[in-house]
Amino acid sequence: MTLTNEFIQQKLEGKFADQVSNFILHYDILTFETPVENNLKVLTFLHDDAELGFTYLNDLTAVHYPDRIGEELAVVYMLQNIKTSTRIRLKVFTPIIKPDVFTASNLFLTANWLEREAYDFFGVNFVGHPNLIRIMNVDEMDYFPLRKEYPLEEQTRIDKDDDMFGR
Amino acid sequence: MTNTEQQSFPGQIHELPSGGIVLSKLDDIINWARSNSLWPLTFATSCCGIEYMSVAGAKYDFSRFGFEVARASPRQADVIIIAGTIVNKMAPVLKRLYDQMGDPKYVIAMGACAISGGPFFYNTYSVVKGADHVIPVDVYVAGCPPRPEALLHALISLQEKIKSGLTREQIKTAKV
Repeated sequence: MTLTNEFIQQKLEGKFADQVSNFILHYDILTFETPVENNLKVLTFLHDDAELGFTYLNDLTAVHYPDRIGEELAVVYMLQNIKTSTRIRLKVFTPIIKPDVFTASNLFLTANWLEREAYDFFGVNFVGHPNLIRIMNVDEMDYFPLRKEYPLEEQTRIDKDDDMFGR
Repeated sequence: MTNTEQQSFPGQIHELPSGGIVLSKLDDIINWARSNSLWPLTFATSCCGIEYMSVAGAKYDFSRFGFEVARASPRQADVIIIAGTIVNKMAPVLKRLYDQMGDPKYVIAMGACAISGGPFFYNTYSVVKGADHVIPVDVYVAGCPPRPEALLHALISLQEKIKSGLTREQIKTAKV
């Protein structure tokens, strides 16, 4: 059985029914979503299932969508099957006022570092993480710098003409 | 004195029938000795470090000027070349390295980031806008990153600065 995108989608829908949704092929990688409280169930299934075997967490990051009211923060998991080099992407959305997401660090050791980074820059609260403190920025920082809450550039500058920057 | 001229030993030769005697000042000789054996600290925080490595390599070769003994410990280093961006988290580390260096010690700020924050001057949440906010700087090298020749020029400028007089500490404690 080759690990095609259709097979992965059928397998997930057979197990989780309507709890997995929005399957699209995004930059050649199968991308789908699940409600935030389901993230560990889906990740564990992807990890443990003998046919799927997504045992490697390539990357974990967060995205801020200021326009998605009530689910402003997304956590993105990039998973890989080492044997077939198949990659998939899982997204969960969480409200910015209470950004609680269950930690994946018990499933993937890599997630320990990556979740600290996502917390540092986006303020995602990974419930159950063994050491959720800042990792890249100074400890005294009291905001999350990569949230889209700040003006893009110094508003008083007139020398940065958009034409010169291809915008 | 310009960089192209041969830098001679300080003092005059007093000719005698049996040969010459060099007359000089001890301070000048100490400065001459110091300036020709500056040991840099192995310290690089971003792309300027690549140019720094290039200067250390065979093609540009800063050992021609007495800089070849790059030290991994600040306790043994004379000059710290700040080759790269200093972020807020790195600032206390840089200060500590500087404090651990023994006197006399010298600082070269290499590249736009170390001089002023450079391309990160505006709209940054993490970059120190100039390493001289943290430690005093003797020589600034412009560039992003500077050419190896520019760093060599800065190293030679530092040597001239040392040869020309007192260290910062000597000036501070000098009795007028």
